Amino acid sequence: MVEHTVKAFDEDITRLRGLISEMGGLAEVALQEAMDALVKGDNELADKVVKGDKKIDALESEVDKLAVRVIALRAPMADDLREVIAALKIAGVVERIGDYSKNIAKASREIGDRKQFEPLTLLPAMADVAGEMVHDILTAYAARDPALAREVIATDEKVDAFYNSIFRNVVTHMVENPATITAGAQLLFVARNIERIGDHATNVAEMVHFAATGNYPPDDDE
Amino acid sequence: MSEQAASLRAPTRTPAFEARLKKRYAAERRFRIAGIAAIGFSIFVLAFLLVTMALNGIGGFQRAELTVPIDFTEAGLAGDRTSLAGTAGMQSLENQGLPEVVAFFAEQSLGEEAAAELGESAWREVAEAIIADPALLQREAVFELPATSDLAGGLSGEGSPEMQALAAQLAERGQLEKNFDIGFLQRSDATDPQQAGIWGALKGSMLTMIVTLLLAFPIGVMAALYLEEYAPKNRWTDIIELSINNLAAVPSIIFGLLGLAVFLTIFPNLRSAPLIGGMTLALMTLPVIVISGRNAIKAVPPSIRDGALAIGASPIQVVFHHVLPLALPGILTGTIIGMARALGETAPLLMIGMRVFVASPPEDFTSAATVLPMQIFLWSDEIDRGFVERTSAAIIVLLLFLLVMNGLAIYLRNKFEKKW
Amino acid sequence: MVTVVHPNLEDTEAKMSARDVSVFYGDKKAIDEVSIDIPTEYVTAFIGPSGCGKSTFLRALNRMNDTIPSARVEGTIELDGEDIYRSKMDVVQLRARVGMVFQKPNPFPKSIYDNIAYGPKIHGIAESKADLEEIVETSLRRAGLWDEVKDRLGDSGTALSGGQQQRLCIARAIAVDPEVILMDEPCSALDPIATAKIEELIDDLNGRYAIVIVTHSMQQAARVSQRTAFFHLGKMVEYGRTTDIFTNPLEERTKDYITGRYG
Repeated sequence: MVEHTVKAFDEDITRLRGLISEMGGLAEVALQEAMDALVKGDNELADKVVKGDKKIDALESEVDKLAVRVIALRAPMADDLREVIAALKIAGVVERIGDYSKNIAKASREIGDRKQFEPLTLLPAMADVAGEMVHDILTAYAARDPALAREVIATDEKVDAFYNSIFRNVVTHMVENPATITAGAQLLFVARNIERIGDHATNVAEMVHFAATGNYPPDDDE
Repeated sequence: MSEQAASLRAPTRTPAFEARLKKRYAAERRFRIAGIAAIGFSIFVLAFLLVTMALNGIGGFQRAELTVPIDFTEAGLAGDRTSLAGTAGMQSLENQGLPEVVAFFAEQSLGEEAAAELGESAWREVAEAIIADPALLQREAVFELPATSDLAGGLSGEGSPEMQALAAQLAERGQLEKNFDIGFLQRSDATDPQQAGIWGALKGSMLTMIVTLLLAFPIGVMAALYLEEYAPKNRWTDIIELSINNLAAVPSIIFGLLGLAVFLTIFPNLRSAPLIGGMTLALMTLPVIVISGRNAIKAVPPSIRDGALAIGASPIQVVFHHVLPLALPGILTGTIIGMARALGETAPLLMIGMRVFVASPPEDFTSAATVLPMQIFLWSDEIDRGFVERTSAAIIVLLLFLLVMNGLAIYLRNKFEKKW
Repeated sequence: MVTVVHPNLEDTEAKMSARDVSVFYGDKKAIDEVSIDIPTEYVTAFIGPSGCGKSTFLRALNRMNDTIPSARVEGTIELDGEDIYRSKMDVVQLRARVGMVFQKPNPFPKSIYDNIAYGPKIHGIAESKADLEEIVETSLRRAGLWDEVKDRLGDSGTALSGGQQQRLCIARAIAVDPEVILMDEPCSALDPIATAKIEELIDDLNGRYAIVIVTHSMQQAARVSQRTAFFHLGKMVEYGRTTDIFTNPLEERTKDYITGRYG
């Protein structure tokens, strides 16, 4: 890619991307650690995740400021403009993903005895897929790769499928063992959060596609 | 970044720097002094010229005059308005013996010796006074009549000792004195410096200048306009430009030869006429007007032309409504320079014969005439000492004429100056 | 090289159209086979780096290149279907129908009134003095200058500020009732406030005259025009709606120029 004649412009864009990558990385780790805490019952880890969310929030604020500054000072056009707008929106979405991970961590503190639940094995698998989606979409953003973005959108189906099956499982379990309703409810929230993460990753994928090509990806039946 | 800051903090006014600085200021001072010296020298030379001319020339505006009272009632001359009109009047008075009358009264009041020194054509001045006012014949009048140049020389302390003594005597008696001679500006050339005047040459110069201006200005401006605005830029126009530039540097006497060869062949009987002189000088002035005209037109910014063209003006409208008004000050300046040069030219007019002795002012463009610089040249050649002062006076008149012409042109130029 | 024209541009009436126009200065080709339609109801902007030929092409539209001896134009340029170079169209009349405003304001060194009145006078547009006065007032009003100068129409045109002078030049162009107004970087010599006033003026004139503006400020092109053409090395690289050109250009060169990656 040819560089901008004014090098400082390139530096600003690079910094913007760096912030997004950093945010994305932190959100990925937050999701992993939250799932770990959930599965292992590690409340210390859960606390760490909750605290760590503040960092993600701070980064979103920085991205906001930087994006506004770039628009005011550099008057970006064409793909530069789309990239900056996409960065603004992506930051908001990644911050949301972080919040969901935080919620998962919080929920994990509420669940007591882990051994009771078999669906606990499904959740990490679902989270893995969602986590991969997040990872991939951040890669696609950095590479301005619309094809990868479209793949991520397609992957959301799997996450939805996971959610449906976990939902049935947990509800069945709760009906059978009413004592586990509190914990079960928490698990439902966790599953919901992961499914939302998948949806948000899809939103990010659409914005990455727009930034790269100027068009939103063709509408597939959801 | 810090390296730059460090070098900025290093002292710039080192001794080497100070020494160089001093040298630079010294060079500036020397240049200014040289400039002032140049100007001073020029002013000195100019002042010297003017003062010398003025001192010499003042005397030229005066002449030695003898006081002669004439009582016409005793003269027995007759005449009135009708009989004394025109040249017939002069003839009639001569026939009636006016010269003898004047001589008689001069002898009476001045003595025989002095009367002999009364200017030859002194009686004509009396005649002119009578023609102007025939009622004079019925009474007495006192006339200031020109003395001969010998007596005038005697009054100035030159010539034979007898003349000087006589002059001194008459001066003591108050009968001979130097008066301001307004007639100098009204009379024409004469053999006697006391009778000589500048008006003939002045009128000749004016007529010649008019012809020169009427020919050179329109043709020069049109040529400049065409060359700048319309002519294509090719080898031919380059050659024309080169030729015009060279023509401006050609010695003026060559134009005289041209005038002799061409104009006098066509109009052989118009030798010495202001028409021919004007045409010759016009040839000489044309290149100057064309060159300065072209420069003035070139100086008009293309944005004005573009603006006019873009509004749909035709090329002629662009030239006459926009370019010419803006170029006019520059064109007028060039014209002034050209005309001033033409006014002072002698050589080319020599060739076409304007060095004749012309005793009366030219009546129109086709009569024989002479011009101021030519008159100056002719007088400076004369042997009679009286002409020395007249020459300086003529030079002053020429300078004044030049001044008036330049003043008029500058006034016109300022009037047409537009701000853009 | 074929111009990339954005698809789905609706059919509009073309006031002027150029087909395969090439402009030569001697042997040097400054414009290489450009074809474009100038619509009546839009402002069309020409953008491109220095020396790309946008001003040269603009000047070909009202035959101002004729003033340069070595200039030669090939191809066809039509105004309302009439070829402006080959047909019997009179160049003086052409320039009354296609007016031009220049980069540096160039009012005549006459009074404000005479500046505006000159065009109508030489074309014989006004039938009486009252007519002429009306034309002067209308033109100055349309140019947004009337209120500022109505009390001093006798003052010299050159005594106005830069922005006012440029509006005077626009009023002068309007006075001959043109159909097209060509503007060659009209704001590059002006400060931002004067520039904004001129841009507002262009918005006002939009629709009444077909306007073509050459500008080296992309932001300006983006603000005032509805169609944009990008020129590069004498060729017209891309043409389309202004919004599309600036948010989603199709050509790499256009994109590089717009985003500041050119050079």
